[in-house]
Amino acid sequence: MSTRVPVVERVLSANDAVAAEVRAQLDGRGIFCVNLMASPGAGKTSLIERTVEALKGEIAIGMINGDTSAAAFDAERSQRAGAVSVHVNTGGKCHLEAAMVRDALSLLPLDEIRLLLIENVGNLVCPMSWKLGAHVNVLIGSTPEGDDKPYKYPKMYAGVDVVVLNKIDLLPYVGFDCERFLRGVEALNPGLRHFRVSCRTGEGLEEWIAWLKQQIGARR
Amino acid sequence: MHELGITEAILDIVLRHAGGARVRTVQVTVGEWTGYAGDSIELFWQELARGTAAEGARLEFRFEPATLKCRSCGTVFGANGSDLQCPQCSALGGEPAGGRDCTVDAIEVEGGDAA
Repeated sequence: MSTRVPVVERVLSANDAVAAEVRAQLDGRGIFCVNLMASPGAGKTSLIERTVEALKGEIAIGMINGDTSAAAFDAERSQRAGAVSVHVNTGGKCHLEAAMVRDALSLLPLDEIRLLLIENVGNLVCPMSWKLGAHVNVLIGSTPEGDDKPYKYPKMYAGVDVVVLNKIDLLPYVGFDCERFLRGVEALNPGLRHFRVSCRTGEGLEEWIAWLKQQIGARR
Repeated sequence: MHELGITEAILDIVLRHAGGARVRTVQVTVGEWTGYAGDSIELFWQELARGTAAEGARLEFRFEPATLKCRSCGTVFGANGSDLQCPQCSALGGEPAGGRDCTVDAIEVEGGDAA
């Protein structure tokens, strides 16, 4: 004897509920939160370092650095640049989950910070599945990765709010077709805001910083 | 290893709905946009369900392909391995349509009056 019990529940609904809690906590304090996603090596930590340096003395920044191990290299780099950082060891999981962000928030001086940067674990597949409560999802692409990424990872490109294309200083060397890349982005996410930057030379970063400041200003 | 968190979430849902009864089967829909592999979920399931009312329960998967809905003509077409072009009108891209979610649809538990 057995009984069929209808369930029909989204597997990530519990995570989404925690993400909503996180968002409410951030909104209550007027903190603007950015979830940074990218493949490993695209330049997440470099963009964070540049951003923290540009806003130092003006806007207090909190950081949550997600890593699959206890090695806190990225958190240390963010701290050296001047942000208050919490390293989250995901224990092998290839993405951050909303509960990890909620727990990390309790370790940050939330009354002081106005910008919270979440450095997600590097990959282009699963971080997009897990809502964290951030206000914007930013995808950092880089020219050596190739211009085919929107076509190969459509879910990621369809779900983000902003694309930052990094390492444009390497364009003469890596055969990256910007038009093909942006055509793919546009196909999945029409009108998506994008920035072309080089964290090495600093090119294009002022536009990214100006956009961030505008978003932060709109929160208070 | 993104199936680890997913399998934990599936188990939470299953145990909540089972209400303490022994679970025989779990029906799960996996959308292709999610990128979850059924065999990885199986692997984690065996570990995570051990010692719970769902230990030994069989997972039944229904896979739903990733599709896009053309913004020009409304045709729904596969988003996987394509150049993201509508096969009907050749417009580029579209809104993500089917295959976006992963859901627990039903469970079968021991006892009760159904066969």
